[in-house]
Amino acid sequence: MVVDWTHAWPTVFAAFLASLVEFVEALTVVLAVGTVRGWRGALIGSGAAIIVLVAIVAALGPALTRIPLDDVQLVVGGLLLLFGMRWLRKAILRSAGAIPMHDEAAAYADQAEALSRTGKNGASWDTVAIATAFKITMLEGLEVVFIVIAVGAGGVGLLVPASLGASFALVLVVLLGIIVHRPLASIPENTLKFVVGILLTAFGTFWVGEGMGVSWSSGDWSIFALTLGFLACSLFAIALCRGRATARPPLANG
Amino acid sequence: MQWLRSIFNELFGLFVDDGSFAIAIVVWLLITWFLSAHILTDSKWTGLVLFGGLAAILVESARRGARR
Repeated sequence: MVVDWTHAWPTVFAAFLASLVEFVEALTVVLAVGTVRGWRGALIGSGAAIIVLVAIVAALGPALTRIPLDDVQLVVGGLLLLFGMRWLRKAILRSAGAIPMHDEAAAYADQAEALSRTGKNGASWDTVAIATAFKITMLEGLEVVFIVIAVGAGGVGLLVPASLGASFALVLVVLLGIIVHRPLASIPENTLKFVVGILLTAFGTFWVGEGMGVSWSSGDWSIFALTLGFLACSLFAIALCRGRATARPPLANG
Repeated sequence: MQWLRSIFNELFGLFVDDGSFAIAIVVWLLITWFLSAHILTDSKWTGLVLFGGLAAILVESARRGARR
């Protein structure tokens, strides 16, 4: 299948940013598992989850190509809207000070404390470490799989660019994790989620519209126009909410 | 069965955080779908109606969320 790279860059960008957020959250917990319980369990748990995720992608990818594109666009676009608008709403409320900011360092400290409270049983298989690393990699990985499918399945030949974007994010986060060996707390996660929420919402609106038979006047460039439209109304929502909310301290989870 | 329920809850939570917000989005998609099939003859209007409704739902839900 030929990829039209002049139209594929928004897909690469959206998949990269959205996956980056998920991988950063997974890295925090895997780092806590590795530091507190040992790297063997952390790597076995994460590795097993990655094998399961690859199997899911291998099963779902070919199956999606057999479903009519209009139906895929409607269903995937609808799910993408639910997913993206949920992120965007949360990011708006955080920016307005209505709910606490997410704090990766606090999440790491909470996780490390919980893991250290659970004593080791002396067995060569640290089931707590393996299960914790497996669960977080599986959950955040499932979100990445959904993001790749959602931004890539709505158009012909876009699954490869979406997968590339997610792969770039994985490589970047793993490299940063190896180099800094700490949670990536300095990454502006709420700003990232705000931008990603807008992008996913714009993609979702575009795919749903295509599925309903809308002929967008500017073709793929309409995604850019939708992005600007949702950015404007999000900034308006932040200004509207700011006066009604009181600032709260940072939050470890969510 | 507990872990299956836990995975289902996590997956459901990916799409639904505030129930009324999710329902509003789905209802608006159904309304736009109905309008595009029966009333809006020019598909450009469908795009505008789709965007306008979603933007209004987002702003209103955020406003209500900030008041809680």
